[in-house]
Amino acid sequence: MENCVLKAVGLTKRYQKTTALDGLDLELPQGKIVGLLGPNGSGKTTFIKLAAGLLTPSSGEIRVCGEPIGPASKALVSYLPDKTYLNRQQRTREILDTFQDFYRDFDRQRAEQMLGALGIDPDARLKTLSKGNQEKVQLVLVMSRRAKLYLLDEPIGGVDPAARDYILNTILSNYDPTATVLISTHLISDVERVLDEYLFLYQGKVIRQGVADEVREETGSSLDELFREVFKCLPNC
Amino acid sequence: MNWKFVGDRPVYQQIMALIRGGILTGELSPGQKIPSVRDLAAQAQVNPNTVQRALTELEREGLLVSGGTSGRRVTEEEAILEEMKEQTITELARECAEKFRVFGLSPAQAAQRLMLLEEQEEA
Repeated sequence: MENCVLKAVGLTKRYQKTTALDGLDLELPQGKIVGLLGPNGSGKTTFIKLAAGLLTPSSGEIRVCGEPIGPASKALVSYLPDKTYLNRQQRTREILDTFQDFYRDFDRQRAEQMLGALGIDPDARLKTLSKGNQEKVQLVLVMSRRAKLYLLDEPIGGVDPAARDYILNTILSNYDPTATVLISTHLISDVERVLDEYLFLYQGKVIRQGVADEVREETGSSLDELFREVFKCLPNC
Repeated sequence: MNWKFVGDRPVYQQIMALIRGGILTGELSPGQKIPSVRDLAAQAQVNPNTVQRALTELEREGLLVSGGTSGRRVTEEEAILEEMKEQTITELARECAEKFRVFGLSPAQAAQRLMLLEEQEEA
């Protein structure tokens, strides 16, 4: 694929006896919002961590925009972890300073604008914010970078439905058409309408991949229904 | 426009139907400029690529015309607007007939029912 943002070949990750990813082959095109969907323990977070460079593969290879995982790839990837790594003692303003120092592509003005729209006080310490608001701060930081690949691990897990809408809108209105967004989640019905493409992950392999609207066109069922159908037939889930 | 989507039909088709609806009800008038892909996507809270696809299809049907850099407008060609209206009404009639058939009513019987409705309203 020519405009390939991410490419994985034979990607395998083992944690001692557990095989989290099992020879996974994958290409992500440019300018798409892709859903990384799978039951618990299917390898979603492991895959995202490998792409973000937080884990090293046991075997196989993964590249971002042609770059092997390293400083060059990390400059292109904006990663939203499943657990926060921010210092909870810091004020939001200070966290913005850190991001500005760390990432050349960080758009501070945009971040401040979004925090304003969310009504988050830049002088409040992170720990004084509610869990949902802390997640929003983290997402604002991640989406304020001008990255080529956004890796969002469960971005809507802990927030209320209204905030979920806001977060999805933030993703939609902030991503640039040359960038790709990979969203991992099992709340499929919530993200359905924003996805271009989907990937079904099961036991460390991609078992199904395609275009979201084609599923609806060909099977007359939603992605959520397809997911329930596909994973119902499989043992141990 | 009322951006509500169901899960089991392609979203781009649903967007197309909503825009057609907007034209039929006069919410969008002939020649009117329609918002950009980005703005529509933000309003409808869907993927910009999906909106793009819907608009491209509508353009192919002739219902929207591209003005190059100035964005898309609703066509002013009577024939196309008329045809779209016809198609929509035919489609509605077909759906209606299907629903009556469930109760064992033929289209002719259904038509009688509809006329009855009109008399009641007049009375």
